[in-house]
Order: sequence, then C-alpha cells, then structure tokens
Amino acid sequence: MSVSSPTFPVGSFTREAFAAHLERVKHLPAWWLDRKRAAYERFAALPMPKRTDEGWRFSNFGALTLAGFSPAVGSELARASAPGFAAKASLTFVNNRAVARTGAAPAGVIFETLQNALLKHGDLVKAHLLTQPSKLGSDKFAALHEAFLEDGAFVHVAKGVEVADVLAVFHQAEGQGLAVFPHTLVVAEENAKVTVADFFSSTAGGFACGGNDLYAGHGAQVTYVAMQDWSRDTLSFQFNATVARRDAKVLSLNLHAGARQARHESFSQLQAPGAHSEMLALTVAHGTQEFDQRTLQIHQAPNTGSNLLYKNVLLDTAKTIFSGLIVVDPDAQKTDAYQSNRNLMLSDDAEAHSLPGLEIQANDVRCTHGATSARVDREQEFYLEARGIKPAQAKELLVFGFFEEVLGKIENEALHDTLTEIIRQKFKE
Amino acid sequence: MKPPTEIEATAAEVENPVAGIDQTKGDFKYDVNYEFDAGTGLTEDTIRYISRVKKEEPWLLEFRLNALKTFLSKPMPTHWATKDLENINFDKIRYYLASGQKPKRTWDEVPDDIKETFERLGIPEQERKFLAGVEAQFDSEAAYSNIKDIVAKQGVIFMNSTEGLREHPEIFRKFFGKVIPTGDNKFSALNSAVFSGGSFIYVPPGVKVAQPLQAYFRINAENFGQFERTLIIADEGAEVVYMEGCTAPKFSTSTLHSAVVELVALKGAKIQYITVQNWANNVFNLVTKRAVAHEEAEVKWIDCNIGSRLTMKYPGVVLKGRKARGEVISIALANDGQHQDTGAKMIHAADDTTSVVVSKSISVGQGRATYRGQVHIPKHLKGCKNNTECDALLINTNSRTDTYPAITVRGDKNATQHEASVSKVSEDMIFYMQQRGLTEAQAMSLAVNGFINDLARQFPMEYSVELKRLIDLEMEGSVG
Repeated sequence: MSVSSPTFPVGSFTREAFAAHLERVKHLPAWWLDRKRAAYERFAALPMPKRTDEGWRFSNFGALTLAGFSPAVGSELARASAPGFAAKASLTFVNNRAVARTGAAPAGVIFETLQNALLKHGDLVKAHLLTQPSKLGSDKFAALHEAFLEDGAFVHVAKGVEVADVLAVFHQAEGQGLAVFPHTLVVAEENAKVTVADFFSSTAGGFACGGNDLYAGHGAQVTYVAMQDWSRDTLSFQFNATVARRDAKVLSLNLHAGARQARHESFSQLQAPGAHSEMLALTVAHGTQEFDQRTLQIHQAPNTGSNLLYKNVLLDTAKTIFSGLIVVDPDAQKTDAYQSNRNLMLSDDAEAHSLPGLEIQANDVRCTHGATSARVDREQEFYLEARGIKPAQAKELLVFGFFEEVLGKIENEALHDTLTEIIRQKFKE
Repeated sequence: MKPPTEIEATAAEVENPVAGIDQTKGDFKYDVNYEFDAGTGLTEDTIRYISRVKKEEPWLLEFRLNALKTFLSKPMPTHWATKDLENINFDKIRYYLASGQKPKRTWDEVPDDIKETFERLGIPEQERKFLAGVEAQFDSEAAYSNIKDIVAKQGVIFMNSTEGLREHPEIFRKFFGKVIPTGDNKFSALNSAVFSGGSFIYVPPGVKVAQPLQAYFRINAENFGQFERTLIIADEGAEVVYMEGCTAPKFSTSTLHSAVVELVALKGAKIQYITVQNWANNVFNLVTKRAVAHEEAEVKWIDCNIGSRLTMKYPGVVLKGRKARGEVISIALANDGQHQDTGAKMIHAADDTTSVVVSKSISVGQGRATYRGQVHIPKHLKGCKNNTECDALLINTNSRTDTYPAITVRGDKNATQHEASVSKVSEDMIFYMQQRGLTEAQAMSLAVNGFINDLARQFPMEYSVELKRLIDLEMEGSVG
C-alpha cells in the first residue's frame, strides 16, 4: 500500500511571492517565464522528501524548513574584499541582483549576467540552462531554484578559444532570513578551454538555493571551482549538472566551509567516448555543521573516465554524509571510474557517513571505490611535535597534507592560494 | 517406497558425498500425503492452526498473532530493494505442511519417501563421515534429528526449534527474538508469525564441539513457504561450527523461503556458521541472520549463495562486548534470471571490537549480484576497526553488479576502510590458458575459481571442492 506524502510547506515561497518575482523578471523571454511557471507548479506539487528515502539517508531532517525565509530582492552593498581573490574579469551579485563587474570578457568569450544572456543569447542559454534532470533527491528544491532564479552568470567560450585567466563570479547574500538563488552556467564549445570560479559568502543567516551547469563540448576543457563560505547559520542547497562530450575534460572542485546545513548534489554525465570528469571536494566541518554530499557519475558511452575524490575533515560535533554512485550503462564498455571518500576525524563527537555505490552493467570496465574514516596518525603527530612544532600546528599541517592531494590538482596558483586561505581561516575560528 | 514423480537429476549425482551444493542434485520431488496442511493464504486462522497442531503454549500464539499484525503493517521494502519482491503472492503460499512426524532418532525410522530424498542428497553419508550431529527438515518440520553420544554427553543440546521450545523453554525463551526482534523487517515478522522447524543448539560453558553440526533444509512441495527459525547459543568459552545446506526442486511456480537465524556467542565463545545455499532458481530466499558477540567472543558467517531467483540476505554481528570480533565471508554467483542481493552488517557496540567483511561475487549471463553493507561505529567507542573488501567479477557483456555500502563512524578513535572493485576476467589470462590447450570455458572456470580461491579455502574441504565443481558447471555455456 503506498502512502502519499504531504507536500512540503512552501514557507514564504507562496504564489504571491512567485507572482512578485515574475513581475521583476517579466522582461525576460516568454519561454523562460513559462519554464519558471512550470517549475513553481512542480515545487508546489512535489511531495516532501521523506526521512526513509534512500537519497536522504542520514540527513538531519528536523532542521530542514523553508519557514522564515523570503526571496531577497536586491541590494547594492557588495563587499569588495569578500573572498580576497583578484580576478581580471568578474561579476558580483548581491541578493540575487548583479551589482558590479570588473574587466572585459576576453575575445571569443561571452561573460554576462544570465538576464542579459537570456535577452541577447537566448538560444545558447536555452540549450543548456537547467536542462539536466534533478536525480539525487532534491527535485523539490531544484524546482524552487528554477522558479525563483533571478539572475546569475553566463560563460560561453567559442570553439577553439582558450581563456588563460580565471573568470570569477561572486555571490553574496546580505540580511537575515533572505533567500538567494545563485546560478552559473558555463558552456565551452569544441576545443575551448576555460576556468570559472564561484565564490559564495554572506553576513547573515539565510537560505541559499543555488545551481550550476557545466557543459564541455567535443575536446573542451572546463575547470570549475566553487568556494562555499556562507555564514554559519545559512541553509544551503547547491545543484550541479555536468555534461562532458567526446574527449572533453571537466574538473570541478567544491570547497565546503560555510553554512549551518549544506546539501550539495553533483551529477556528472559522460556522454561520448573519451569524456572525462574529475569530481573533487574538500570539506572542513566544525561546530554543529552538517554537510550532505550526493553524487552521481553516469557513464553513457564507451571509453569514458571519471574520478571522484571527496575529502572531509571533521571537528567538534560536525557531521558529513557522502553518498555517491557510479553508474555504467550497458554500452559503456572500457569505462574507467573511481570514487573515493576519505574522512579525517578530529573529534570524538564528529560523525561521518559514507555510502559509496556502484551499478555496473557492462563487463569490460575498471570500476573501483573506497571509503575510509580514521583519525590523524599519532606517529605522524608525534614526529612533528618531536621537532618542536606545537600540537595545534602539527594537526593543521597534517590536515593540509591530507587536502593537498585535491588542492594539488588546481593549476592556477591564485585559486590554489585562495582555497588554502579559506581553509586556514576556518581553523582559526 | 513411492517412485519419484519428477526426476531430472541422474543417479550418478548421488555419488557426491556432500549435500547442498550441487545445483542439479536437489531437482526431484516426491508425492507426499501431508497430514497437516494450513492451506493457502495467511490469516489469523492459519496461525491458530499452526499453533494448535504444534500444541503451543498461549504466549507463543500471542507472539505469532502480534507478528502477523507487524507483517501486515510493514510495506514491502521496494523503496530500496528490487521490485521483483512484488511478484510474491502471499495468498497462494502454503504456510505449513507436515506429515505429522516427530523427528526420528535413527535413520531406519524415517519414512521411506522422506528417507529416499535425503539419501539422494547424501545426508547419511555426511553424518557418518564428519558430523557431530545432523538435522534434516522436510518442508515445515524436522524429519530426522540426531546428535552423536559423545557430544550429547557433554551437555550439548541439538534439536529442532519446536522441540527446543518444549523441552528447554528456560534457555529458549531467554534468547528467542532478542537478537532479531519481530519487527526488524517485513520478513522477520512473517517468519515470527508462521515459523516452524529450524535448529536449536545450546553449547554449555567451555565445551568445544570438535565436529560440525549440520542442518539440512529441503523444500519438497510446490507453492510452499519454508520458515525455519534457528537459535544457537554458545555459552562462555564454548565453540561450535554449524553448517546448513538448502535445496528445492524446480517447480513452475515460485516458492518462498524466509528464515530467521539468531546466534548468541557469550563471553569468549566462538561460533562459525556456514551456509551453502543452492535453492532452485524460482525460490525467493529472504533470510534474516544476525549474531550477538559478547566480550572476546567471535562470530564468523561463511555464506555461499549459488541458487534461488532472488536472495536477500545480510548476515550481521552486533559486537556487544569488548574485544568481540565479527567476520562475514561471502561468495555469490548469479546466473541468468538470478539476483543475489547479499551483504553484511557490522554493528560495533563496545570498545576494541573488530570486524571484517570479504565479499566476492560473480555475475554470469544476465545474472545480477548486489552487495549491500552496513558498518556502524557509534559515539564514544574507541579502538574499533572494520575492514571491508568486495570484489565483483562480470563474465558476460550483459552481466550486472551493484555495490551499496553504508559506513557510519563517530569519533576519532576508530578506523574503517572499505574497498570495492569491479572487473572482468583478463583477456590475457584466458589467451594464456588457451595457448596451453584449455578451451575457453575451461580457462574461464579456472579464472573464476582463482578469483574466489582465497575465500573458498576457508570452507570445509568437502564444500570447497564441491564449490569449485559447481562453478565449472555454472560456467558451462556461459562463455562467448
């Protein structure tokens, strides 16, 4: 007997709030407004995920509520020094609205706000914006994101163009109880190369319901780095969809530092032979933070590769959940897929859950996964302390040693340093 | 003796001295005039009938009726498990079938038709050769039960559960339903409602049973559900090895087997539980198996799943006492039309407990092998360790394998490690062997046997040898 679930409370995201949002974006193309209306209907109709749903196993359900949040409607108060990353070209959004840009887009690159891109490059946006289904359990919240998405960043790199500098996007939220819906869409055409960095920060507790789409055409190379450092009382959802075409290479790295409770869903599709996806994440969880990470690597064509490495450091009473799945379709012979979740436990009260999964339907493959949870090696600590390094510093060194396997994959020095600094700051708190 | 009505196996197979693992061996059945038949379908009346026939005390009837309510209230677990479960028609199953026999203590007393069944399967030979005791269950009730004098004199109790309840209620009730509560899952509730047969073993403190005890489970009737309940208690410092084998003939309709097995290893005790399951390919085999290991106790599950249409079985150990140790060694082979959904649970509940899971699966043709695991180390424990390895081998292009482990660790004084791999047999290896005159199928069999060799060596030798033969059989015609 099936029991129908009640719909999730819409909180302040009522029809009236949605109508007000539509009024603010009514100048955008009709197709996009139609999709938003459909998304709102999905949000309103979709049942609340249940604690017993496999996609929500181990999640802290009690803290999930939309009550008390309302859509933010803009602010001019950009924090100029927010992430400390100096980019030649950047866009800054505060409370869902574009407030600043620096530098010009390099030749062959469109680097625009999503609203401008919808008006000027509608077909390009339509082909890639939120076109991948939500598959990891948060379809209700993904629908909310699409319904209330007001603005974001659009990066399009033309065929054969290689962008040397990092394109930076700053998403900031100001004000207590406000909801923001950041989005970054990256489209790299055939043999293009680009690095895009998203920075998320805020000063007060709110609700962040963000997304990003990464599309790498034939032979393209996309590097995407997201640094999530929302304020400590923020509820955060972030949905990623990556598509890699023939011989494309996508590297995405997500740093999870902020938020009270953060759920990150990452869905990577290897659609054509030679496609490769590198999925990386670093998490520093402390206090009472909860990081819930759900991933899916789907190999849909032969000779594709994927490599997932999620490393978590846990302090205090923090909690992490990693639930990942590698799916190899029947025709995806010669797949080479790996998935690893490593948890470094630094507290007797921290809690780590690992659910690394495989679903393999082709036989000529190499698919492996691993998960470990353990403390810092006491002998290593002793070795450092015996050389005059204080215990706290020794621990920090060992944590950076643990993270370096991931950090070392970021070739851009400034990005690497910024990531390192955010992690370092977290240890000072 | 009545002649068999359906014999697909040949007489040559009787030569095999070890029961339970040759896939063709069990494929015959006899017409039996059952004296007791609860009919088809499951209602309160079915349960009252079973309880009345078994002359049970009122508390047990109450227990069964409550379990029925739990069973009916629980949804089928298809939100995570296979939808194939929905094909079980509980209204068409017969929940109790028996010939009114009490278990016989000598082989000669066993009715001819049942005796013939077990003789074909080699049970008497095994008993003579290397067992300390054997129990043979035919449909719902034990047909034959014996324990060697030397073991009985040491105070070891080995009988079926019905007798155990009647003759040793003070031991039975103390542990019954404590390791696996009725409401643990839908099928443990079903078993609690209609259970019949199974083994009851009690090994007194310090007694080490030198030879294995064995139970043999046979489903003979069509549309039948077998729901044995096994309870094994090894008292302080005791040691026992228990082996079970299972077969059923092939019918055109599917059959249900849903057992509950509870093991209790008290301080310093050791229990080794070996299952070689070779049900026919239309049996739904949905079994709950769990042990509690007290201080410095060891429980080892060795589990080999070859037959059945769907097996869902995740033997577990609750490591309740300090320095307790749990181990699951598992081999599963899924051929066409089969789904081996197996795994292990390790629940650490005391300091310095260790657990090991090693699982190997082979998917042949369109077979599907799934590993599901749970490792749980709760708060404020220290010195706990778990190591899990699961490897899957895929033979054909359309074979399938899944792995779904769940590992929870709290605190910084424990360590867990999980590794899994999926691969196919190396083409170089096959080529090398073919160069030396082996056929492709022979080469593949050799490679598959190599894959499981380190685990198969942990089986008693008779089983290990037979397992290899069985793999040869399964690999025939699977290549190419």
